[in-house]
Amino acid sequence: MSDPVIQATNLTKIYQMGEIEVHALCGLSLQVRRGEIVAIMGPSGSGKSTLMNILGCLDTPTGGEYILDGENVSHLSDNALARIRNRKVGFIFQSFNLLSRYSALDNVELPLRYAGEKNLRRRAIAALEAVGLGDRIKHRPTELSGGQQQRVAIARALVNNPAILMADEPTGNLDSKSGKEIMDLILSLNRVQGMTTLIVTHDPTIAAQTQRIIRVKDGKIEGSL
Amino acid sequence: MNLLQQLREALVSLAHNKLRSGLTMLGIVIGVAAVIAMLAIGRGAQRSIDESIQAAGSNLLFINSGGRNVRNPKPLVLGDLEAIADPMNAPSVGLAAPMINTREDVSYNNVIYNASIVGTTPAIAPMRNLVLTEGEFFAESDVSGRQAVIVIGSEVALNLFNDTTGIVGSKVRILNQSFTVIGVLQSKGGGMMGSSDNTVYVPMTTAQSRLVRRAARDRIDQIVVQAISTDAVPSAVEEVSAILRERHKTRVGADDFTILNQQDILNTATSVTGVLTSFLGGIAGISLLVGGIGIMNIMFVTVTERTREIGLRKAVGARKIDILVQFLVESALLSLFGGIIGIGMAWVIANLVSQVAAASNTNIKPELGIDAILLATLFSAAIGIFFGIYPASRAANLAPVEALRTG
Repeated sequence: MSDPVIQATNLTKIYQMGEIEVHALCGLSLQVRRGEIVAIMGPSGSGKSTLMNILGCLDTPTGGEYILDGENVSHLSDNALARIRNRKVGFIFQSFNLLSRYSALDNVELPLRYAGEKNLRRRAIAALEAVGLGDRIKHRPTELSGGQQQRVAIARALVNNPAILMADEPTGNLDSKSGKEIMDLILSLNRVQGMTTLIVTHDPTIAAQTQRIIRVKDGKIEGSL
Repeated sequence: MNLLQQLREALVSLAHNKLRSGLTMLGIVIGVAAVIAMLAIGRGAQRSIDESIQAAGSNLLFINSGGRNVRNPKPLVLGDLEAIADPMNAPSVGLAAPMINTREDVSYNNVIYNASIVGTTPAIAPMRNLVLTEGEFFAESDVSGRQAVIVIGSEVALNLFNDTTGIVGSKVRILNQSFTVIGVLQSKGGGMMGSSDNTVYVPMTTAQSRLVRRAARDRIDQIVVQAISTDAVPSAVEEVSAILRERHKTRVGADDFTILNQQDILNTATSVTGVLTSFLGGIAGISLLVGGIGIMNIMFVTVTERTREIGLRKAVGARKIDILVQFLVESALLSLFGGIIGIGMAWVIANLVSQVAAASNTNIKPELGIDAILLATLFSAAIGIFFGIYPASRAANLAPVEALRTG
């Protein structure tokens, strides 16, 4: 359990908004071990989203060092970052972000296509079966309920066997029943497969189900529990 | 992502927005159709003009009286013709024939038709490739005997007799005099030097004595000369000019006659139709350009609309090149499909135009060349890629964070 998946040291992020420099992150350090499930909480404007983007390799830090799964990704090129996102990170979004004109299967295949993998179909079907949607593979997102759509998104996040799963308010657009189901699915993925998971949330009851809560405020970590 | 997967995704995207894809394609369809149809019609027109000039005969020179800036030109007379036809004087000249032209009403059983009357000699028949469907052309003896015989064009026959056969031996009236039809000509279609179809050929001497009043007896309107070969055309022009200058005693540089070279006419006609074709093609090309801009416009809308999708694709591992190719494939496919439909439409347009032309007695057979089709197909795909590059690169360069935040 000591092997860290995320090793971020002294991260800073400065946005240039016209004349003004905005310091979104001010020397934030963070470590997440393999198999951990961690919640990130914080008020809006705290730098929580910036942190999530950098940890998810969607953005690069202005300063500091970020090692993801043993690879220093602090200052990689766009293409190298795309490859990291493809292989090591699985994203789950609040609004699912499925492509509405494609079937569930096509949506789940998408990361495999960008990876240039073989056996797309078989692996995508396996991922959909793992989230309990084996009988819905030909359905389009519009023909699925919110909970089912988020399951498709989880299948898409898992299909490339990422090192870490990043969920941004995964239950924010769901009713409480399907929200609980999705949360249970994420928790069981962590428990059964040992999937390292980061969850950004406002909801204290969701955060309470994780092993550790990281509170971000003013671009720094307020305190770990 | 490999190209096959890109193609499949692009097809799904285009099919997803059928109306928009269709309307965008329409611009290219019209552009390509216009360009190809114009080229096809232009080529057809060129071919038809070439053919009609060739149909008049080959290697012909048309000599008329009168020159530029010359007052009181001497008329052409039979003596001029004889001098030109003499192989000792003009070795490059094969055949030569006189022409006396007029127009008169020709009547048969109360049917009246206004035809072009040509008084000439039998030499005209081989020179102008006149072929008879029945009967025969008049002979030298008919000329020397001033026989009241005529050979009529197919159109004259159709108008007077409602038929092109069984006419030989019939008597028609011109200027209240009776003439016997001894031959009917095969139709050759409209020509630059006047169609032989609506012409009545009369022996030269008969025309002079009965139909045409000229100031002098031996005066003729035009001399037609055939050079012995295409290569001999320029020397034939020189020889004929030398003979006429001497006979007419013209001053240097003041020829009182004009020689029209058939090859010159052909070249002029070719360059005129060539200019016309490229002019029309150019105008049509503008519509293709407008179609391309339409594609660019729609691709920009598509990129804006799908910003979030682009963000998502980048989040799951799409590189810049993947996004670029995705949008390029879409715009190229749009344009390519438009081009293919456009070729079909061009064929329809070209045929419609030729039907309209045929209705007004102009025979234009559109030529839809395989080269034009290939060119249009490649060109339209290239237009799709060219006009797709800017929107696609804008999509490819979207920052994933920004793209995911929108919408």
